[in-house]
Amino acid sequence: MILNREARQGLTLISPTLVYALLLLAAPLLTVVTFSFWTQDYLDIDTTITLNNYREAWTQPIYRTLIFRSLWVSLIVTLVTVILAFPIAYYLSFHVTRRKALWLFLITIPFWTSYLLRVFLWKVILGYNGVLNSALTGLGIIDEPLTFLLYNVNAVVITLAHAWAPFAILPIFVALEKIDRSLLEAAEDLGDGAVRRFFRVTLPLAMPGVIASTLIVLIPTVGDFVTPRLVGGTDGLMISNMIQIQFGKANNAPLGAALAVSSMVIVSSISLVIFLVGKKFGGRVQ
Amino acid sequence: MSEKPIIELRDVAKSFGTVKALNGINANIREGEFFSLLGPSGCGKTTLLRMIAGFEDPSGGEIVIDGKSMRGIPANRRPTNMVFQSYAIFPHLSVAENVAYGLKRKKLPKTEVTDEVNKALSMVDLSGYGGRAAHELSGGQRQRVALARALVMRPKVVLLDEPLSALDKKLREQMQVELRQLQQSIGITFILVTHDQEEALIMSDRIAVMFEGDIAQIDSPEGLYRHPVSKRVASFIGVMNFLDARTTGQSDAGVSLDIPALGKVTVPASHVPDGLDANSVESVGVRPEMLTILFDERETAEAVAKGVVTSTSYYGDMTYYSVALNETKAPVTLSMRNTAGRSVLPAGSEVRVGWGAESIVLFE
Repeated sequence: MILNREARQGLTLISPTLVYALLLLAAPLLTVVTFSFWTQDYLDIDTTITLNNYREAWTQPIYRTLIFRSLWVSLIVTLVTVILAFPIAYYLSFHVTRRKALWLFLITIPFWTSYLLRVFLWKVILGYNGVLNSALTGLGIIDEPLTFLLYNVNAVVITLAHAWAPFAILPIFVALEKIDRSLLEAAEDLGDGAVRRFFRVTLPLAMPGVIASTLIVLIPTVGDFVTPRLVGGTDGLMISNMIQIQFGKANNAPLGAALAVSSMVIVSSISLVIFLVGKKFGGRVQ
Repeated sequence: MSEKPIIELRDVAKSFGTVKALNGINANIREGEFFSLLGPSGCGKTTLLRMIAGFEDPSGGEIVIDGKSMRGIPANRRPTNMVFQSYAIFPHLSVAENVAYGLKRKKLPKTEVTDEVNKALSMVDLSGYGGRAAHELSGGQRQRVALARALVMRPKVVLLDEPLSALDKKLREQMQVELRQLQQSIGITFILVTHDQEEALIMSDRIAVMFEGDIAQIDSPEGLYRHPVSKRVASFIGVMNFLDARTTGQSDAGVSLDIPALGKVTVPASHVPDGLDANSVESVGVRPEMLTILFDERETAEAVAKGVVTSTSYYGDMTYYSVALNETKAPVTLSMRNTAGRSVLPAGSEVRVGWGAESIVLFE
């Protein structure tokens, strides 16, 4: 194949990225998929192709419970995050007239500390002798520290929602910024009050941002394992913790790989559905 | 058109912080008329329109629409509908849904909504476009949808904020005529904001010329063009030649003037504006088409001045001549229709310029 000068230039430009993507994304992914069809035979790997790992992953109740819990937790986290992010993005876009950049900058401040530190901070806040319990006992509102705060699903939801908030705020903010303000005046001119105008114009036009936020939060939270490990207790463990166990302590990499591929497929399908629904809903927005 | 005012503006003022945008506007807009707010950008015309629509609150004074004070009444409960400069077509809705937008609140039966929408679309020549998406429309079509969306609400007043400024010249001229015809056939009051004096002259029954937050003059297009009250209005509407002048006498017949560039003249009383102090006349104006070059030696006019052509601009149908008049060398522009067998005079030609007393406009 003879390439013209421009094509060669283009290839040269993308080649570092291409090599990076092949080595660090495609190759590991392929390895994981291959592993999922093999079998662990004590210390050796039996490379006969088999679907046994998938059979186990999809039939054993423990895995099903974990994957459902992961999906459930990430859906709640997504819902909470997007619902909390929308008013912030709305306020930023419609009511902040000066120094918008400064506000955006302030929103990113929590990211200056590491993710791990932020998870630990929630432990300090929600713990048995934590900030919240001490404050409530000190004020005499409760006699005994609350135990439903930490080491369960609630703690996982709170921590993840906080961690992902800025990622949800920014796409919604951008979508709201793009709305021509005269459209809102037109809606008002045609008889809509503030509430009707919001549901008939603002929300539909902000939908692309809402969908983007949903996907940005949903996809990584399904697979998060640091947060459930640190604040989830035993009830709060998610599928990624089990995958980690299979690759580590349980020494069954093929089963872990099958679990990983399974959850990847499930998350991809859910994302695709959300994307298509969003496209149908906001498809005419140009 | 009746004399009954549909909108009364009483001392309407607006300040943004310390900046005064409007200083006490008083005007009555009659039912069924095509009224234009004309002025350069920053004169407050758009602010005034937005206050009538309810998007801005006046800092002082009162706006009365159809006998009701609009104080404290929000935009969504006013009997006005607006055509926005950007058209503001909802991008997530089809053409029909855009037009039906305001009808939803009126809780009409579905078939009636469809009927109304179709009627409005045919009114603006867009029958059959109901199913189109907003982004499939051209600029002119978007403008029509915006108009249909306003008209379908059967408002007392339609407000148009520079609706034609985004269109190209040909389409704009076509829309000017169409809008005017549509307004006359449905008889709803239209208020147009524009900075284009030609557009205002073509479309309006009456025009309010605004400068820096004040209305300088309200009159019919012809009244504005022929009898501008100030040099500023005169130079904003069309082209006007200004010449120094001095009053030499005043009688029942009119005002006698000495205009060094043209000669002596008596302007008939009917052409002297009411309330003008004849002794304070300092200059006069004369429109380019009121001056004629007398090409033929035998041609005569009411009065004749001599001059030299300094430059020419050829427009096809017209030629604009710059002429230095008499000994004063006062420069004037005059326009001559090009006719068969008459070529453009070269610069330096000596010409006789014909003029008349009735074409002279007096300024204090």
